[in-house]
Amino acid sequence: MAWVPRGLRDGIVTTSYPRRPDGYGPGFVGSVAVSQVPGDPPDALADAVTACPTAAIVVSGNVVQLDRGRCILCGRCSELAPGTFRPDPGFETATVGRRPLVVPARAGEEPDDATLAAARAALGRRVRALRRSVHVRHVDAGSDGSDEWEVSALTNPVYDVQRLGVFFTASPKHADLLLVTGVGSIGMTGPLEQVYDVMPHPKVVVGAGVEAVTGGMIGRRYASSGGVTGVIPVDVFVPGSPPSPFGLLYGILLAIGVLAGPVVIGAEANDARTAR
Amino acid sequence: LNEDVVSEGTATTMFPDTMRRVRHGARLCGLFALGDGSASGATRLVAVVSDDGTLWSEEAALARGQRRFASLAAEVPAAAWYERRIHDLFGLRPVGHPQLDPLVLPLRRGVHAPLGPDGHAEQPLDPDPTPLRAHVHGEGVFTIPYGPVRSGVFETVEYLVETAGEDIPHLRARIYYKHRGVEAAFEGRTVADGVLLAERVEGVASVAHALAFCGAVEVLGGIDVPAGAQLARVVHAELERIANHLDTVVRHTEAAGQAVAYAAFSHHKERVQRLRGRLCGNRFGRGVVVPGGVARPLRLAPSEVLSALGKLQHDVEDDFRRLMGTPSFLDRLRRTGILSNDDARRFAALGPVGRASGAHEDVRRSRPYGAYERLGNPVGTPESDGDALARQRVRIEEIEGSFHLVRQAADMLDELGEPARWRSPVPPLTGEAIGWAEAPQGEVLSLVRLEEGRLAQVAQRSASFHNLAAYPAAFGKDILTDVAFIEASFGLSIAGAAG
Repeated sequence: MAWVPRGLRDGIVTTSYPRRPDGYGPGFVGSVAVSQVPGDPPDALADAVTACPTAAIVVSGNVVQLDRGRCILCGRCSELAPGTFRPDPGFETATVGRRPLVVPARAGEEPDDATLAAARAALGRRVRALRRSVHVRHVDAGSDGSDEWEVSALTNPVYDVQRLGVFFTASPKHADLLLVTGVGSIGMTGPLEQVYDVMPHPKVVVGAGVEAVTGGMIGRRYASSGGVTGVIPVDVFVPGSPPSPFGLLYGILLAIGVLAGPVVIGAEANDARTAR
Repeated sequence: LNEDVVSEGTATTMFPDTMRRVRHGARLCGLFALGDGSASGATRLVAVVSDDGTLWSEEAALARGQRRFASLAAEVPAAAWYERRIHDLFGLRPVGHPQLDPLVLPLRRGVHAPLGPDGHAEQPLDPDPTPLRAHVHGEGVFTIPYGPVRSGVFETVEYLVETAGEDIPHLRARIYYKHRGVEAAFEGRTVADGVLLAERVEGVASVAHALAFCGAVEVLGGIDVPAGAQLARVVHAELERIANHLDTVVRHTEAAGQAVAYAAFSHHKERVQRLRGRLCGNRFGRGVVVPGGVARPLRLAPSEVLSALGKLQHDVEDDFRRLMGTPSFLDRLRRTGILSNDDARRFAALGPVGRASGAHEDVRRSRPYGAYERLGNPVGTPESDGDALARQRVRIEEIEGSFHLVRQAADMLDELGEPARWRSPVPPLTGEAIGWAEAPQGEVLSLVRLEEGRLAQVAQRSASFHNLAAYPAAFGKDILTDVAFIEASFGLSIAGAAG
């Protein structure tokens, strides 16, 4: 019976997130922040663009944009052009739709309040039935294996997603939320489509990790689709390579409408099949 | 060109030195197809052998237009998967291969190899979803496919179990679902980008893959890695080993339904991941190991590392004592998934899998790299039972050894003070070299070919690829409910195997 007292010994190790902020967030680089006005000389910026291993940075004229759907957080840009790029702590980086991953939004392209509210309401209507009991089916579509560690960490006593009414399920037919990792390897496109098709409505899809968004370091090749957005429609994107467990948790909560994040659903982002 | 123009000869005429060494007990580490830069596609086959603490490689040139070579696999089972991979990717046919099923690319007939002699026509694949033909025949025998979408949070893989109901006479692994084309993704990149890609070949062993890749570049350039950087590398690599070995325990306890033990060990693993994150900013130690050294020093002072380590080690070892005294848990591992010493030798099994079956090589000791030459590397108790329990015991001892190594490295870093530099410059290089490292799963090999600082070809061979070939040999006396334990005890990464 040695395990019974052992189970009680450590007390509660579970985070209070999302009810209260978690202290782990600030100690963790979750994204790269980009200044609205570049604070570096042009050659330093050019160096940062060249050094980026996934071509995530685009400079045009006086505007610098970084695509978090490509960024693997290698930190080179913030070393070469520290006036423009800054490692940002925190893990609440997931977005609804693909476009908000490109930061900062160009002048005139920032979503206005009405668009935000409408988009939030649309997703809210779709997932209203799911809020208190969400069954998640995870599918690995060509990950490097680290993503699965972070996904399975959600069931350890620190994150303990069950306390939030989120459960992992074996059968896609019981699943409400599809959590996809990986580059969209060609061998997995068929099985992934099948899983998506047999899931009952309403369903929501979270693409986890830059590999699922753009293919990351692998990109698009003979065996890789360069992300899963061309295979199934993705609602919520979680950046990171791999995303942290808190980042995944935030993405899941965002997808089921528990949290109101910076919600932007462009029609083109929501229907990925036509977008490509 | 007629592919029969050139006779393929025999394995012995093609690789005389390799075959002689293997017949005398040397271990085949791998067989690779490499180009030479002058022509597109593979022009050479390279066999790599580990013999008495030295790595030997032997080349066999392919004549122009030659698409066939003599298979080694009939005599050396460890070569079987390498030859299947070469056949899939490079379109070279191993003549006399005992079982030339598709491995990483189950293409329909007529689609040519993506890295083959006709150049890199990277056309999209057209996977054939029909199962491979059955190997076991008899009344009532049927095939259960486990996967590719598994029941739970697992990497994608399909295990085809041929069974008459309860026993498992035969099991095959299909890994092509996860093939991402990593080898092709290296081409044309700088070494600095190459290491980021190497980290993603097998994401749970990022540090080991980065070390093997950087080792090859450093050998090629004759680059000295600063002493402080070598020690920092040991800290990152050994914490990675602790995290991976704890992960196999987590999966064992989950499969056994040991809820409290599962909670305890998954909490320990999370603590290790957080410590790694605090040390370098990434929970998987990514972006730290760079060619020539490390990108940055440890973010914690050696004294802070030591104090974090002390509490962690105490808690982990306390729970191991409890777990290894829980009969209902041990019963699931004992005599489960036995890889015989003979099979371990035939398949040249690596890492903890090999070390639990009498194959004791650990390249941290047999071919020490970096600071391992100077550190007192604890020798584990030899195990030869070859069952899941033996693999578990090997990993428990290795965790203890890793704690010891991290502590030594932190002490030495403390004595060293602030070194002048953490990395040596790497000039643009041309040439070819092999690097290695002992990942948690076993030896990682990295064959790197550089042309003026750009990667012309990289073959990053994970221990998971090598060991997965031996995995079916561990089934035989087991029943379906043992599968979860055998899988967890092998601790393989499918990403690393599928490439």
